[in-house]
Amino acid sequence: MKSRDFSRSLWVFHLNTGSCNGCDIEILAALTPRYDVERFGMKLVGSPRHADVLLVTGPVTRDMEDKLKRVYAQTPDPKVVMVVGNCGNTGDVFYESYNLAGPADRLIPVDVYVPGCPPRPEAVIYGVVKAWKLLEEGKRR
Amino acid sequence: MRKAGDIIGQESRDTYSICVGPVHPALKEPVRLNLRVRGERIEHVDFELSQVHRGIEWMGTRRNPIQILYLSERICGICNICHTFAFCRAVESIAGIEVPPRARYIRTIVAELERIHSHILWAGVAAHELGFDSAMHYAFRAREKVLDVIENLTGNRIMKAIMMIGGVRRDMDKGQARLVMEAADFYSRCSRKLEKIFLGDPVIKSRTRDTGILTRHDCLALCSVGPTARASGVRKDVRQDEPYGAYPDVGVKAMTPDEITGETRGDVYDRIAVRLREIKQSADIIGRCVKDMPEGKIAHEDKANVLLGELRGVQGEGIGRHEAPRGEVFHYVKLVGEEAPYSWKVRAPTYNNLLSWIPMMLGAQIADIPVIAASIDPCMSCTNRAVVTGPGRRQVLGQDMLHDLSVKRTRELRRGLRP
Ligand code: SF4
Repeated sequence: MKSRDFSRSLWVFHLNTGSCNGCDIEILAALTPRYDVERFGMKLVGSPRHADVLLVTGPVTRDMEDKLKRVYAQTPDPKVVMVVGNCGNTGDVFYESYNLAGPADRLIPVDVYVPGCPPRPEAVIYGVVKAWKLLEEGKRR
Repeated sequence: MRKAGDIIGQESRDTYSICVGPVHPALKEPVRLNLRVRGERIEHVDFELSQVHRGIEWMGTRRNPIQILYLSERICGICNICHTFAFCRAVESIAGIEVPPRARYIRTIVAELERIHSHILWAGVAAHELGFDSAMHYAFRAREKVLDVIENLTGNRIMKAIMMIGGVRRDMDKGQARLVMEAADFYSRCSRKLEKIFLGDPVIKSRTRDTGILTRHDCLALCSVGPTARASGVRKDVRQDEPYGAYPDVGVKAMTPDEITGETRGDVYDRIAVRLREIKQSADIIGRCVKDMPEGKIAHEDKANVLLGELRGVQGEGIGRHEAPRGEVFHYVKLVGEEAPYSWKVRAPTYNNLLSWIPMMLGAQIADIPVIAASIDPCMSCTNRAVVTGPGRRQVLGQDMLHDLSVKRTRELRRGLRP
């Protein structure tokens, strides 16, 4: 199916579930002048209720488990969930911790995984493009 | 630590409670603030941590020291050199390992590059909290250059993975030295420009002057560290007090606001001034290090398995200190002649600085919370030390409210300042 190029802007809500900040600053880098995804209309929003994409970083600590589920429930359909970073995807260096409820896909359905520790901004953007395709093609939840 | 309920229980007819976070757009990381306000004035401040506790110290006691290097980088992605640096120094002091001079210089250069990156990132976030998004984008564009240099030196933009116990993992050649010199020049100029933008702007000045004051007395009582302490006039800097790496040869002096603005008030403005001037200081240190770089080996031992064998034989306790961008970081390690350390304790600077939120916020306005909170450059992922468990219903209030309020206040001020 041919996608309708950027016919809608994606709004992204970013949730930190115990990350080390490495991924968070690369996401910020993707938004700021060098990579500048804002020119495609993507932006970070302050409330999950405004978002099309839920961007999760971090391995999901026990404290954040309930918040992750609630933020997921607050994001209106159709939505895409994107996990950025190895520790959100698999647990990575934190795999054996006693305080993890994650990785994220154990708790909520995840559509796009962006690996890397941290992934480069290009990879984050590539992930967002995949998420946008899912939304456009109607394969979203 | 008190629970949210304690404050909520104390509500009277003319005060009300606001809970901010842990998921909140004005906070870049999960933390939760409980405030009691009377009208616009804050009367009581408390906060809850533990949202990003990952049990890193415990995991460290199940891994060998070289594996811990990678774990300690992931304590915090912004200042990943400072934790590995302090950990390496602790282990080196136990094993009596002498670090070759060239490695000491490379370590110092990378640590200072990290300070530049962290301070500029902070300047961007502070500008965003004030509603100055153009200054934020300017700062972030300026930051990309240091990331390029770091990538060239270490292979990665963020996780540098260059530290090794007894030295560093990568050498620096002539071309890289030239790049680093160029970057140092660029940031000397950039820091002047940022100072002009931040310190010269009348709106920023009226927003931050006399906001969130931390007196010298409170600062000493609460053991604040780093730029937060220096902005209150306390000359405290590990690089000056107990030099290590290449700092003894360079000679660092703690930066206090009276050298920049002529007076010390300990407010948000002073903290901005100190951080921006430290960018220039770091650029100067880098310049000196590149010029005086000695030749020679870059590591005590190249082979990781030989190094591990050596460490397996040693016993003892050691501490490592390093001046991170946010203040002093402190690592304690105990080795007992086994593969994994018996104990590993990390004390990150935000742990000390968080308490200074309380005197800063008392009496302030709600719209000033984001600015004050950001002014100590908090880093939650370093700080979360304990998990609070137990049931209790919690309600999170106020989503975009704070950021909007802050931006609105800047606009009002700007209107008021216009002739
Ligand atoms: S994936 Fe790596 S860089 Fe990203 S939050 Fe996790 S540990 Fe940090």
